[in-house]
Amino acid sequence: MADEQKPGGSQAPPPEGGAAPKAPAKPPPDAAAKAAPKPAAAAHAAPPKPPATMAATPWDGDLARELKERFGDGIAQTSTYLGQNFIVAKPDAAIPVLEYLKLEADFDYLVDITAVDWPKRPERFDLVYIVYSFSRNERVRIKTYIADGFQPETAVGVHLTANWLEREVFDMFGIEFAGHPDMRRILLPEEWQGYPLRKENSILLQDQRWVQENLGIESGQ
Amino acid sequence: MPDSTFLDSTELVLNMGPQHPSTHGVLRVILKLDGEKVLGTECIIGYLHRGVEKIAENRTYAQFNPYVDRMDYVAAVSNGLGYCLAVEKLLNVEAPPRAQAVRVILTELNRIASHLLWLGTHALDIGAITPVFYCFREREEALKIFEKYCGARLTTHAFRIGGLLYETYDGFEQDVRDFCDMFLPKVDEYEELLTNNRIWVGRLKNVGVLNAEECKEYGVTGPVLRAAGVKWDIRKAQPYSGYEKYEFEIPTAQNGDTYDRYIVRMQEMRQSVRIMRQAVAAIPEGPIMGKVGKVIKPAVGEAYVSIEAPKGELGYYIVSDGSTQPYRCRVRPPSFVNLQALDRMIRGGLIADVVAVIGTLDIVLGEVDR
Repeated sequence: MADEQKPGGSQAPPPEGGAAPKAPAKPPPDAAAKAAPKPAAAAHAAPPKPPATMAATPWDGDLARELKERFGDGIAQTSTYLGQNFIVAKPDAAIPVLEYLKLEADFDYLVDITAVDWPKRPERFDLVYIVYSFSRNERVRIKTYIADGFQPETAVGVHLTANWLEREVFDMFGIEFAGHPDMRRILLPEEWQGYPLRKENSILLQDQRWVQENLGIESGQ
Repeated sequence: MPDSTFLDSTELVLNMGPQHPSTHGVLRVILKLDGEKVLGTECIIGYLHRGVEKIAENRTYAQFNPYVDRMDYVAAVSNGLGYCLAVEKLLNVEAPPRAQAVRVILTELNRIASHLLWLGTHALDIGAITPVFYCFREREEALKIFEKYCGARLTTHAFRIGGLLYETYDGFEQDVRDFCDMFLPKVDEYEELLTNNRIWVGRLKNVGVLNAEECKEYGVTGPVLRAAGVKWDIRKAQPYSGYEKYEFEIPTAQNGDTYDRYIVRMQEMRQSVRIMRQAVAAIPEGPIMGKVGKVIKPAVGEAYVSIEAPKGELGYYIVSDGSTQPYRCRVRPPSFVNLQALDRMIRGGLIADVVAVIGTLDIVLGEVDR
């Protein structure tokens, strides 16, 4: 939306009226995907806006280089932000990267698996793995971008702890993991409809039918 | 005569919870039994699910702060510290030294309070009634300090993003010192009751063993990991809030059984006192609030920050889209991850040990379910 301001610069008022109010508060959700900032929008606006993308800098440590050598195109990006390193991997490279990190680089502790929903992006979800190495005392995040309906491979074969963590991601986002031994909801009841942490669900949304049938509550929400 | 009686069947499925006094909240465990032997378990969780992560997306950064207290409600101060540190990381600010020292004191006090609640209820599960009264007696003193400091005893909301809201009250240092002096002999008292008690040792030794490899596989952290011999504590490995300034040990044990976890937690309480004494002796003067604007609006980006909570690694992964509300706030709960190892720990054990193992994991269902 913000980009449209540039061509319409001479006849500013009409197009801006509709699109502008949202622009400063909610920058485009493809933030992390493009590392390059957008100079056109920034030069135009009078107050200095915060950059619409994460101001991550490239990370070229030994590990990053090793991974790039080993996986080539599988690694789309290695960056660091606020001193925290992360890798953006292609969806099918994520599990091999986890495995490599565990076996070859001693990242033997899978801290967390979670997801972030960006509804406007074609690859709708960020799938985030956080791993830690006791011997290196180092933490790395591995991110992949996946489309809605895509079934990423499970990490249970690499780290057992992925079992419940992936179940929670499934429960909250509806991302199904291929090859998971027990792909069921974990926090919500099994018959529950909908995935609460998807952005289209408002905070008030609930599975009315389930609540009515099982709790006997006519919800006022 | 029927061809077979119930005596011929060997497997029995037994439901335990969610309303069971020894599950420490609303945990439901389905046990598959062969006589007294546990063949397998399944945990049913989610009874306390309140959608905390969804709430975070609909609150401003400051508004969400009180909610985190209600996850691990027996260690609310630690929850708050982790969240504040994560947002501070995103904002790239640091709390001033005075705020950091007070944070350390209150967090360690909370660790003691959390461990005391664990010890009392764990002992109660095993059949020792006395310790719970002793533990609550001392926990009360810790809670009194919270109450005097911020007005609340349990869900304290003690910290703010950027530092502290309240200056310490008159006599805070003395109260903390008095607590330390009073508390150390009490730990000895608990140990006198339990450490060499034949029943206690008999019920805990070699029960629910989880070795170091298995801990790492299951992502288990905190005292459970240290009891398996891994000397790892985030306060030492990646110090935050000025922990690098204080001298303390990381207590470890070797066997990774329930008894060792008891020993580790007892030692941790002593170490917490040690940290508190050092911190209270040198609370720096100065401001208690860092340079944080009235409206908290971190730049677009993300950060993962974790602390050593009483139960293990408590992490916050926050994604900011540059607005006043977190775009995504993921909580990495130690209780949830640790609970997953329950099945591994009691498979093959006796049904009587199930409550011992649930107790030794020290889970809080508010944090498991969020």
